[in-house]
Amino acid sequence: MPNGRVALFATCIVDQVFPRVGLAVADVLERIGYTVDFPEAQTCCGQPAFNSGYREEAGRVARHFLKVFRDADYVVVPSGSCTSMITHHYAQIFADDPALLAEIHRMETRVWEFSKFLLEVAKVDDVGASFDGAVTYHDSCHALREMGVKSGPRRLLSKVRGLTLHESETAEECCGFGGTFSVKFPDVSGGMARTKIDSILKTPAKFVVSIDSSCLMQLEGALRRAGSEVRTMHLAEVLASR
Amino acid sequence: MSELISITEGFKETIGNKNLQLAIYKATGRLIDKRKHAVTEDVLPGYQDLRQHAHNLKRHTLDHLDYYLEQVEKNVEAHGGKVVFCKDGAEVSDFILNLAKERAARLIVKSKSMTTEEIHLNERLEHHQLEAVETDLGEYILQLAHQRPYHIVAPALHMTRYDVAEIFTKNLGVENETVPEKQTQIARAVLREKFLEADIGITGANFVVADSGAVVVVENEGNGRLSSSAPKIHIAIAGIEKLIPRAQDLAVFLPLLGRSATGQPLTVYTSFLSGPRREGEIDGPEEFYLILLDNGRTGLLADKDKRESLFCIRCGACLNHCPVYRKIGGHNYPWVYSGPIGAIITPQFHGVTQDPWLPFASSLCGACAEVCPVKIDIPRLLLELRSEVIQAKTSAGKNRTELTAFRVFAWVMRHPRLFEAFGLLGSIMAPSGEADGWVRTLPFWMRVGPLKKWVAERDLPPPAPESLRKLWRKRKPASKDK
Repeated sequence: MPNGRVALFATCIVDQVFPRVGLAVADVLERIGYTVDFPEAQTCCGQPAFNSGYREEAGRVARHFLKVFRDADYVVVPSGSCTSMITHHYAQIFADDPALLAEIHRMETRVWEFSKFLLEVAKVDDVGASFDGAVTYHDSCHALREMGVKSGPRRLLSKVRGLTLHESETAEECCGFGGTFSVKFPDVSGGMARTKIDSILKTPAKFVVSIDSSCLMQLEGALRRAGSEVRTMHLAEVLASR
Repeated sequence: MSELISITEGFKETIGNKNLQLAIYKATGRLIDKRKHAVTEDVLPGYQDLRQHAHNLKRHTLDHLDYYLEQVEKNVEAHGGKVVFCKDGAEVSDFILNLAKERAARLIVKSKSMTTEEIHLNERLEHHQLEAVETDLGEYILQLAHQRPYHIVAPALHMTRYDVAEIFTKNLGVENETVPEKQTQIARAVLREKFLEADIGITGANFVVADSGAVVVVENEGNGRLSSSAPKIHIAIAGIEKLIPRAQDLAVFLPLLGRSATGQPLTVYTSFLSGPRREGEIDGPEEFYLILLDNGRTGLLADKDKRESLFCIRCGACLNHCPVYRKIGGHNYPWVYSGPIGAIITPQFHGVTQDPWLPFASSLCGACAEVCPVKIDIPRLLLELRSEVIQAKTSAGKNRTELTAFRVFAWVMRHPRLFEAFGLLGSIMAPSGEADGWVRTLPFWMRVGPLKKWVAERDLPPPAPESLRKLWRKRKPASKDK
């Protein structure tokens, strides 16, 4: 059984809108033997500013993140998108700052997306979860394409007692969220979400599972608007169920 | 954001047009499937290595473009052809007009070429009473309909056979014909006459091979081959980025291009055109010109960070896979190049202030980069361009509200207690939603800005009554599994 300390970086959206996801991550990690810290000075990774073209402002938030998690051995993040911001894009912001770059590269090896952490660090694929229900998995774009997360979450789901996984034809297609894109181009973003849920609704799934709460906010918002009963769950919530 | 209003009207129109959406999804869906089967490990072993190799070759060529440009000029001239360097579209049309005048030419046949679309060559020539006829079926339909290409590879992708029937009836005076094969026969009959009468044939170039001075044209209809060989004069027009060092490099690029574009291992026709007819040969043009066009490309070349936009081999795969392109279609993009590749090269050619919204019209999903046969990191370039747009707007004082918002964001995010206070305020002010809290209708005083736009399309989750940090203070760790 693994043991050690991990710091939970919940992300701003989980902290403020979906705290149950952060609690679920902590529950799962503690059950398999980790001690989980929640550094209270944490806020956001800075991605909203970075993706909107405000690199200076994103850089200020990034520096704050680096300071808060400087001493953590492992930082676990329940989001592919925010993890990728830290491990792929911080270096882009500070390309001209060698000292900070060195610090960022040290951080890159310690920041883990939740499902990757379970499989690659803790080396656990069965966390003892039970969940009675039919689910479909949504591959969030940054996890899939920037970090190669594809089979991992499915493997974790396959070990959950009572759960059946039903693939949708558009599992790898974007949900249309895209941060500020969702409110700068609401028609396009909403259209993308509808295309996505059309294929989700063709499966017998009652829940859409993903590793990014922002995608799930977009998808559940669209599902509810379409009058569907299908709901969304973060992978951590499924794995915390018993 | 004001520029967004007219733009989004166009988006709405396309998204709301069910038949058009069906046409786009069907056509791009078919191309997606074909490509997918054509690049599996079984049928194309080492596909990923091939992409990397193509990327490296393009990088190498562009890093040493001066050398290869000289080499190609020397080799084309050794075959009896002539290389013409043109700065822009005006220089291209001046050259063609002068040549046409000297040779008393009246009629030009053209095969499909995005480079000539880029410089609006047909309009320029028509302006001087020189008729240029498109001979690719899709391009011919668009020429009759006075439209620009909807897609880099499938220019009339948005049109149904009923649209084509209407266009033919109106412009060619034929009976209403909705069977695609018969429509092709109609176009063929018209175009054969044009091929026979034409004085000049203009083609594009998919590749220009430096070490052999050959122009390579790939196509499926045979019109490229006819355009380059039937008339007495053949003019090939290529952007300077179309150079590749050696003929053997085609072994990398040809399979990647055909498979990425249409799922074909090779296109039906692959023509290697090197110069005019030589003594003893029975066919081919009497004169051959290769126009190498800059039109802003040297500007991109100078930008080492974003130079890779020039690697593009115009396969169109990024368009087919782009969920935004599939929603808004090709004509909502400001230039002839649409989709993800259009979103990165348009601002690079025209400057970031001309269509500042363009790099932002992406969810950054990365599907484009995943399928790009030359591995252009399109999301990275979009992000770079976004940053350049904001820098330009900031120095012109054109984004004061947004700038303030992100400064406040950055400030709050460095002050955890403030962040918590803002969250608390949000949860107090949150409107009461439906049964389990999600909001469908905002109170009128909240119907502004991002909230209004979110709720226009989706229900909104309210902030949690208690944030995670607050819950954490009361929490006891879960017990370990034994």
